[in-house]
Amino acid sequence: MNPIIIEARNIVTSFGENLIHDNVSCTIREHEIYALLGGSGSGKSTLLREMIMLGKPSSGTIHIFGTDISHLSLVEAQGLRKKWGVLFQSGALYSSLTVGENIALLYEEYTDLPPKLIRELIKLKIDLVGLPQHAIHLYPSELSGGMVKRASLARALALDPKVLFLDEPTSGLDPLSSRQFDALIQQLRELLGLTVVMVTHDLDTIHHIVDRFLLLGERKVIAEGTLDEVLAINHPIIDYFFQKETHGIKS
Amino acid sequence: MKSSSPATLEIVNGAFKTIFKCTGKWTLHYLKEIALTLESYPVTSHITWDITNVTELDSAGVALWHLYYRKVEKMGFASEIIGSKKEHIQLYNLLYPHPQDDVIAPNRPGWLYRVGKEAYLSIKGIGTFLTFLGEAFTVLLYSLRNPSIIRYRSISSHIITAGFDALPIIAVSAFLIGVVVAFQSIVQLQKFGADILIVDMIGISLTRELAPLITAIVIAGRSGSAFTAQIGAMKMTQEIDAMKTMGFHPHLFLVWPRVIALMIVLPLLIFFADLVGIFGGMVIASTQSHLSYTEFINRLQGALPIKHFIIGIVKGPFFAILIAMTGTYRGFQVSANTESIGQYTTKSVVNAIFLVIACDALFSILLTELKI
Repeated sequence: MNPIIIEARNIVTSFGENLIHDNVSCTIREHEIYALLGGSGSGKSTLLREMIMLGKPSSGTIHIFGTDISHLSLVEAQGLRKKWGVLFQSGALYSSLTVGENIALLYEEYTDLPPKLIRELIKLKIDLVGLPQHAIHLYPSELSGGMVKRASLARALALDPKVLFLDEPTSGLDPLSSRQFDALIQQLRELLGLTVVMVTHDLDTIHHIVDRFLLLGERKVIAEGTLDEVLAINHPIIDYFFQKETHGIKS
Repeated sequence: MKSSSPATLEIVNGAFKTIFKCTGKWTLHYLKEIALTLESYPVTSHITWDITNVTELDSAGVALWHLYYRKVEKMGFASEIIGSKKEHIQLYNLLYPHPQDDVIAPNRPGWLYRVGKEAYLSIKGIGTFLTFLGEAFTVLLYSLRNPSIIRYRSISSHIITAGFDALPIIAVSAFLIGVVVAFQSIVQLQKFGADILIVDMIGISLTRELAPLITAIVIAGRSGSAFTAQIGAMKMTQEIDAMKTMGFHPHLFLVWPRVIALMIVLPLLIFFADLVGIFGGMVIASTQSHLSYTEFINRLQGALPIKHFIIGIVKGPFFAILIAMTGTYRGFQVSANTESIGQYTTKSVVNAIFLVIACDALFSILLTELKI
């Protein structure tokens, strides 16, 4: 078994009186495509945000690369952040910069590479995610939904991260683009040896590329494991989520 | 057969039960009359609905029936339906899949509760603002140890947008203030034949109080609001989150460049406003009181001690911190809905102007007590 990359233990999250997570734990191993699943409001995005230090759980610990992320100094946190890339649901490209500048920003901030090499790297990343080269000079507002996702992925991959966090990567894409995006993620995992953690609703994505996943519901972990393992469990939420009886996934 | 007649309701009173005979189209557009009739009908016995002759039924019809069913149930009487068709039942099951509980409308909180809540939120707001300031200064200390991470380019770009671009509006405002003050005081001073004192009047009031205040207010309206809107928009599109995950500290990238730029620029703008304002007063003095420019300037050198000018300039950085910190802080408070951007921009400008005036008053008191 691959070593553990991310480990969340007994996470409790509440916003005021609204309890989101009640003792949620999960384990993500190296080189896995791991999904956080659950209905709307089940707290999967919140869990993802806690992993990337955008939110703090009320109690519980999250270890990433063996470091507890709840007590980090500014410098340690900074070092950790460079080891992962995040793709936001809406892309979150900086709207005042072109795609190329969006990617270049990371190199300019964190490396001393000469401008020529940075330009080459940008071209490379743009190619890697399957964008046409002219996209480098476009502003985010000039891109289609699929292109925004790809450009944002290129930016997430800029510093060659070990872990990629994706927040609903295929939402808002047409089915064909979604499958292409899935294929891209899988390919990148193979090529770059990434660990991918994603929040998704897309049953096809789950079926085709996700190795293991965590199903959240009623504030708790309903199941964690591979698709076959989870489908073998009898639980109303699992049945509902995968639409077992109807046209959903068959194991 | 398709009937085109609207819905009707015939009420037949029996010995132990009332029969509601329903006919026609029980749909959205025809139910108003029936709803009113049902509302006012005094229920005294069990009810039987005969819906054999209902030709069309939609969700409004079902909802009306359901409401009345619950009302009757609460009064302790039973309802039954006869003559329902399969599609009626299907529709009902679709609309009311689970037995529902009455949703209790939340009590409207009393005024005391609302006052308390507002007070609590205001106090909490001070807390979050202090947290924001604390975080900002932590980052500042950190960046002072590593000066290479300070965003010099961003600072210079804000100096241009918040400072240089504001020159025309500052010029116009300061000039007019100079004109107004000169006009108003000349009339009074002429009564005593003390026209020459207009120079003291203009010189001291403008450099010490009016120019700093008017500049700060214009900048609060112009740049304070822009800061909130810029950061708010970035927050809405998750750009701030993206920055955080990349390790670009928002305080370092967004807050301090704006604050520092404004701290540099505001004293300069105040100096500029001093000049233009005094010039405005000079123009009026020469036209209204035949005080030549040379005389005015000669008199000004004697009448305006340097301390007034310095006090005015020194206020600049303080006003700048207040304006820029409020503007950026409010920007970070913007939530995911579009309305909040306007709401917080308004708040930012109102707060900034209030803080500037309060700070100015504090300066006044302090300096008077210190006899400066």
